Amino acid sequence: MKKRWRWDHNLIYNLVPVESSVLDLGCGDGELLARMINDKQVRGQGVEADPACVSAAITNGIPVYQGDLDLGLPEFMDQSFEYVILEKTLQAVRRPMLVMQEMLRIGRNSIVSFPNFSFETVVGNLVLTKRMPVTPSLPYQWHDTPNIHLFTLLDFMDWIQQNGVGIVAAYAWSGGRHRPLRLPADSTRAEELLFVLS
Amino acid sequence: MTDPLHVSLEKREGFDLPDSPRSVGWTTPKRVLLADERSPLPLDCGVELFPVTVEYETYGSLSGAGDNAVFILHALSGDAHAAGWDACWKQDDRPWRERRPGWWDEMIGPGKAFDTNCLFVVCANLLGSCYGSTGPGELNPATGQPYALDFPVITVEDWVRLQVRLQDYLGLDRLLAVAGGSLGGQQALAWAMNYPDRIRSAIILAAAPRLSAQGLAFNAVGRQAIMNDPCFQGGRYYDSAPPERGLELARMLGHITYLSYQSMEGKFGRRYQNGFQPCFQLNSEFAVESYLEYQGQAFVRRFDANSYLYLTRAMDYYDAAAPGEGNLALACSSIRAAMLLVAYASDWLYPPRETRQIARALLANQRPVTYVELPSEYGHDAFLLETAKTTPLVRSFLEKARSK
Repeated sequence: MKKRWRWDHNLIYNLVPVESSVLDLGCGDGELLARMINDKQVRGQGVEADPACVSAAITNGIPVYQGDLDLGLPEFMDQSFEYVILEKTLQAVRRPMLVMQEMLRIGRNSIVSFPNFSFETVVGNLVLTKRMPVTPSLPYQWHDTPNIHLFTLLDFMDWIQQNGVGIVAAYAWSGGRHRPLRLPADSTRAEELLFVLS
Repeated sequence: MTDPLHVSLEKREGFDLPDSPRSVGWTTPKRVLLADERSPLPLDCGVELFPVTVEYETYGSLSGAGDNAVFILHALSGDAHAAGWDACWKQDDRPWRERRPGWWDEMIGPGKAFDTNCLFVVCANLLGSCYGSTGPGELNPATGQPYALDFPVITVEDWVRLQVRLQDYLGLDRLLAVAGGSLGGQQALAWAMNYPDRIRSAIILAAAPRLSAQGLAFNAVGRQAIMNDPCFQGGRYYDSAPPERGLELARMLGHITYLSYQSMEGKFGRRYQNGFQPCFQLNSEFAVESYLEYQGQAFVRRFDANSYLYLTRAMDYYDAAAPGEGNLALACSSIRAAMLLVAYASDWLYPPRETRQIARALLANQRPVTYVELPSEYGHDAFLLETAKTTPLVRSFLEKARSK
């Protein structure tokens, strides 16, 4: 269950317009969606695989559907939500490409955030200690991490380019604050990234 | 920890007693005539039925705004006595109620899932059942004899049509929720589909859009057991010995479908009832055998065999996709209520993958939906037994539904 304070929570909260429709994939305990439903009157729907998180989301008062992203999301119609959110989940799914395609199919806009594996602390950690990096964004030991498909900013950009996906906006989380993405510096400077795709 | 499968039937232990702050206390059944000659109840089979009486109970009180009424919908063997202790068990000759509270007492009461401190809870006995509502055991005014098999075949939709009359009789404008498990959950779904303006939310536990072929098969054998009992006599057994053996077998069969592989292994395993070795006899030897026999015998003391035939038939017929001619999403397009769907992992009578179909149909209509599959080893019975896991979900969902 996601417990840590999240910079991307606030950014997404601000990016999503009032009264829009939002599908949150891997919504955890539904805290972000609950805020958007209550304060911004969005039509919200969460999807979450872990039954304990689903129960927590229900107690947070949001509609949540227990489902496995890796099976695709055929129950959701094409372009049926204005925003589909995938918050630090892409690196943890078995079939990230399928999830991205489903996301772009269902949402008119997609918001994706992820930890950047080429962040200088991560790379330095790996090079210096010769062990899998453990950082605030990647807080797990190699054997108990849910992150099975770690990737870098450039990996993500390659995929976007190959698939002709449009970037509406991009933000970097660096040095304890977020700002618009800067290339090429953020390849190593950004600890986490957030893209709005269309 | 008390094991729910062996909650003592002989003592009041493990229950919230009538004076407990968590009990609704002593309850009194009420009866009301909801269809007479001038206002017969139209049934799906084409019959216009009258008179129709309904037995119901209420707990808690209606708010000034009238926005806190919840209908609890019972399953196959249930009754209107959903919570508390029946003050009239003696005069109504229902001795089995002396030592047990209502069938969903763990979920209905002050501070419970359906919190009677803030909700007005109504539960009515189903048409065709045998607990005070009109059914095959009641006198047919046309003949002066019990209906027996002259009673018309009824459907889930017929039940809901009658419940709507009760809603109007009680002057309840729009229900906060309809809620039930199993066959009760299917009634809640039928409410949501057929009467979208009359409810704000629906809570559906351990229910599927329809019964599988496997489920139909179990029901069929149960009915055969009843109808092949020599005492059955074409259903006209009310003046003689009832087909107890047949009903007992039907109930034993039913109980197998309510349990799971895990719960039967855990509770009984291959244990012998008496001692540790076989007695080389064919009568009841294993713990699981004697459990089923006990359940069967307890059931025949409180249930009418003809009602069992009619209620299982209604369960067979129900198909939520029928209004959409097989397309469940189309059938669900009328739904406006907030929906909470809860499936239990080891339920194989109404398995999670089938409950999920309802959720998917709602999503296809761009309706918000809450679907959760709770881990449980109790099989289909989980909707009665997993109250600790289900309670916070129901409470939060109702709170949200009421605040909208």
